[in-house]
Amino acid sequence: MAETREIKGWKHYVKIAVLLAITVIWMIPLFYIVNTSFRPWKDIKEYPPKLVYEPSIGSYIRIFTARSVLPAGVELEESEIEEMSWYEKIVLFDTNELITRVGDLPRRYINSLIISVSATILTIILGTLTAYGFSRFKVPGEGNWLFFILSTRMLPPVVVVIPIFLMYRTIGLNDSHLGIILLYTAFNVSFAVWVLKGFIDEIPREYEEAAMVDGYTRWEVFRKVVLPQSVTGIAATAVFVFIFCWNEYAFSFLLTRNTAQTVPAWLPYQTGVLGYDWGAAAAGSVLFLLPAMILTILLRKHLVRGISFGAIRK
Amino acid sequence: MNNERKAKAAKPAKLANPMREINFVRICIMPTIILLILINIVPLLSSLRYSFTEYTARKLTVPGENPEFIGNANYIDLLTDPAVWNRFATTAKYVVLSVSGEMILGFSFALLLQTKFKGRGILQTLLVLPMTMSPVIVGLMWKLFLDPNWGMFNFLLGLGRIDWASDPAINLYAIVMADIWMWTPFVMLLSLAGLSAVPQSLYEAAEVDRASGWFKFTRITLPMVSPLLMIALIFRVMEAFKVFDVPMGITGTGSTAPQLISMKLYIDTFLTWKTGYGTALGYIVLLIVIAITSIFVKYLNKAKQEG
Repeated sequence: MAETREIKGWKHYVKIAVLLAITVIWMIPLFYIVNTSFRPWKDIKEYPPKLVYEPSIGSYIRIFTARSVLPAGVELEESEIEEMSWYEKIVLFDTNELITRVGDLPRRYINSLIISVSATILTIILGTLTAYGFSRFKVPGEGNWLFFILSTRMLPPVVVVIPIFLMYRTIGLNDSHLGIILLYTAFNVSFAVWVLKGFIDEIPREYEEAAMVDGYTRWEVFRKVVLPQSVTGIAATAVFVFIFCWNEYAFSFLLTRNTAQTVPAWLPYQTGVLGYDWGAAAAGSVLFLLPAMILTILLRKHLVRGISFGAIRK
Repeated sequence: MNNERKAKAAKPAKLANPMREINFVRICIMPTIILLILINIVPLLSSLRYSFTEYTARKLTVPGENPEFIGNANYIDLLTDPAVWNRFATTAKYVVLSVSGEMILGFSFALLLQTKFKGRGILQTLLVLPMTMSPVIVGLMWKLFLDPNWGMFNFLLGLGRIDWASDPAINLYAIVMADIWMWTPFVMLLSLAGLSAVPQSLYEAAEVDRASGWFKFTRITLPMVSPLLMIALIFRVMEAFKVFDVPMGITGTGSTAPQLISMKLYIDTFLTWKTGYGTALGYIVLLIVIAITSIFVKYLNKAKQEG
């Protein structure tokens, strides 16, 4: 360490400066969408874009509500405006609209949560069992099975979605939570098996053998010895699977219309009565991106392992 | 715990029973395999059947008429249609541009990030964020960012009002930019993992021999990192080849949208409902993806053995 300190010359500081510049440039699109989401209505479509403005949460109110334009010629009386709540006033002032009901975002958000959480739990249960099976036993044709399992994940969604659409239509699973949960599970279980197998391979077999000599059954060994030791791996994999499900677009877009629609399939299509509402879309994006970002930060130590399908072990 | 164990030990040991073990493995593996067969294999086989028929999923199924068996006519139509070849060419251009951009930038960022300094972890975490966002939302963000009327991009670069999303001459590059922005961190992370695994002793030995920086880079760094770079490259090629979400966010499927193969798949099967024709194209894409996947798995297993 002492040696490297000595040779730290100007090059070292140039590198840091370049890295800082890169990070700042890389963050601009992200900054811009957060910035747009807090922009007051009248500033959103301004050019050149104003960087400094008085922040408004109007866009967030619009993404949470359904509204209708005040009919032409109708003037609200002072007292009527007086009686409105603060958010109704903001909307009226910004876009001359009246809030009619709660918008679609909360329901889509809850759909995203229900579907992602259920699919993650199901994927982890199936994935852990399968990974343990492949890790501890000689399965005939193991390499082929593993390739088969992984290749299912690489399929382009549009290719499989037509027959799934027809199959689901026959058994009534189109636009249902269960249908999407099963689909997400099937498409992520391969990833989970590959990554979890790596984690379980690392647990020494000696503990299990000792436990079995003590009279534990395989199932008890799995529950009481293997599971507690692979908690970290399972948690990291679960977070990954959750992020995949949370972000998924093609299946949700093609197979859901309403009941089970998730946020990504709905958010890009924010045409309000006043044309495309960029402020609302930006606000919705920020709210939608936040959970995945927080999870990424929590997951940062395991990211490499996840994105390499468990091939890198650090 | 101890008492429990003693109680267990009193029972006859069960591990000697091989039938029990085999049953256990079956219980472990079968649910996954059954799910994959139901949700992936059965649909794939049925779409293989549709690819040899003229069929539209929008109308009722009438045996013999809808779907109507037409042999390999769909495949012949597709492979002799210059528009399809044109789409493959556009897709290839897209893959080459975005993946090479990601590889060059990602690897350079990783080299820079090897510098040790305070706050390096924070910069790395920030740079990784785009990768874990929903691709369609990334597309949407970039559409806003590139908007000719109020977007920040043209303004920052002083470019005037270039319409990145709608101009068919350049909107492919809009998607390439968004893709590079999103996936460069992926290459960066894998490169970093590769760089940190290079044994320091190799550099020290080269130092003793007074090797030049360039020599160390081409003879030590690159060969040691190349297996992971290959994994990143193949994975990105595979994903870029079937890219769907990002272009849907930026350009949609309108007539000016870039002529990507995945967009044609979507148009044929869900907008014009030529199900048979669309699935035939799907199968062509599928074969290409499976070929790339098998190369990918070969490198994954190699890295696993070495790591």
